[in-house]
Amino acid sequence: MAINSIWVFAQTAGGAPTTGTLELLTKARSLSSNVSAFIGGDASAVAGALGEYGATKVYATGDLAGKLPGPAVSAAMKAIIDGGDSPSVIMFPQNYEGRDVMARLSVKLNRTVLTNNTDIADSADGVVATTPIFGGNTLVNTAFTGEGPHLVSFRPKSFAAESASGAAASVVAASVPDTGAAGAARVTAVHVEESTGPKLDEANIVVSGGRGLGEAGSYSLVEDLAKLLKGAPGASRAIVDAGWVPYSYQVGQTGKVVKPAVYIAAGISGATQHMVGMKGSKNIIAINKDKEAPIFGVADLGIVGDVHKVLPQLIELLKSRG
Amino acid sequence: MEGMNIVVCVKQIPDPATPGALDGSTNALKRDGKLILDESDAYGVEMALQLAAANGGGDVNIVSMAPNGEMSGMRTALAMGAAKGVLISDPALAGSDALTTAKVLAAAIQKMGSADLIIAATESSDGYTGTVPEQMAEILGLPSVTFAKKLTINGSSLQANRQTEEGYDEVECPLPAVISVTAGVVEPRYPSFKGIMAAKSKPIDTFTAADLGVTPTGWAGAGQKVVAVTQAEARQAGEVIEDDGTAFNKIVSFLENLKVI
Repeated sequence: MAINSIWVFAQTAGGAPTTGTLELLTKARSLSSNVSAFIGGDASAVAGALGEYGATKVYATGDLAGKLPGPAVSAAMKAIIDGGDSPSVIMFPQNYEGRDVMARLSVKLNRTVLTNNTDIADSADGVVATTPIFGGNTLVNTAFTGEGPHLVSFRPKSFAAESASGAAASVVAASVPDTGAAGAARVTAVHVEESTGPKLDEANIVVSGGRGLGEAGSYSLVEDLAKLLKGAPGASRAIVDAGWVPYSYQVGQTGKVVKPAVYIAAGISGATQHMVGMKGSKNIIAINKDKEAPIFGVADLGIVGDVHKVLPQLIELLKSRG
Repeated sequence: MEGMNIVVCVKQIPDPATPGALDGSTNALKRDGKLILDESDAYGVEMALQLAAANGGGDVNIVSMAPNGEMSGMRTALAMGAAKGVLISDPALAGSDALTTAKVLAAAIQKMGSADLIIAATESSDGYTGTVPEQMAEILGLPSVTFAKKLTINGSSLQANRQTEEGYDEVECPLPAVISVTAGVVEPRYPSFKGIMAAKSKPIDTFTAADLGVTPTGWAGAGQKVVAVTQAEARQAGEVIEDDGTAFNKIVSFLENLKVI
């Protein structure tokens, strides 16, 4: 077996580890009994939760004081590796910070990266990661051929997070060396886009709108339906790019991955980019004018029709039922 | 500042409208046939042209790497208004991983002279590894702001709104720097007829990996190897009905059966 120890790049939100972090820890501990979390920030509040999900140790940089995680955390990781603790594998979430830290570290270590994965195995071929391509229709297994640490990132919801009832992880300081010009960018303000109702990637029902809505004003139909169903509104990349809704609404390869009980696609044709983000939904309802639209190929219920007619009728009926 | 020197990294990719396929011998994405400018890169080119215009002029140049001498996608960027192109074309670069690509692009950017700003898309539309801009920044020893959705220059630094999970951060970053811009950050212009004609005679310098002092790793040295390609279990299509004015009832019954309403 090629894996001795694993690091997981850990992130927090609202004082707790993110779901994505717990997903990666759960997978990591199935591959190795020596799992550490590595966090760009302070770990005292989360060492308990990280330990519960399988980390025995957590390396923590302490407060980054506005530094971007890419240069800072990768430099701290490099220093620990140079100091003698070199893991076989470092797992990253496929998100903004995960990609930046992984990319900077790949240059510092001169190692390749495998991104957009949904699985990892320790096999006769070595450490093998699985990536879905062509909208998830084809799975490619790729083995690392060089020396570790192997740098690999995973899409959200690739693994189910399960507690291991582990003891709190021991916190080890990982100081950030001087990063020079490369680390000169600073965060000067943080903006949180408030949304009411359940979070898009945690909602039981997601209603998403696309170009078929015709104009930005029609997106309110999607929001109204989502609210009535106690779900979250989402969007295709096309209408996010067009500026109708914020990026945080985007479902797809470059947005959120959702797996709700019900996914309703309104006026979405089903580009590969979008399908990757919602194909794991338990049930899919699609409404689209074009009966050839690819979205109907994955829909459990497909309505060939005009969203401007179907959605208002649906909203009225649901309202009348209270 | 007396004009800015901006370099935009662009990728030429197979037309996304045609179905993708894997090469039987290498298991890599087939990239033969005509390549076009990745739509994601049009935003970077447009952003560069606008920033140059707003900050005292200066040059917008483009750099691209392709194994087969392909230039048609670069001509699109030149037609939009970029001044000249640098193409790194070398059959030995086929099969390069993202890190090698970043090394090649970084070496080419250094050869092009002192850039104030280097712009790339967040990820390509065909390979979408999504690490090349940040890897280039690390190789060049530069700061970076990835996933920038708004960008302004103020003297010797830039201000960017950077996408985050919960919203966005305002980031201050000294120049020179590497920026990756999200799609939709600006509205890319369509090349004019005049622009298309002018682009035909704009210079594109061509280099090999050896010219840049980069050792191509190719298929063997990429540090990764495809060991299996399998078909995922396909999702079965369900019932598709034409709306006769009552389809909404069907949706309600469907939701009732699932006990979600």
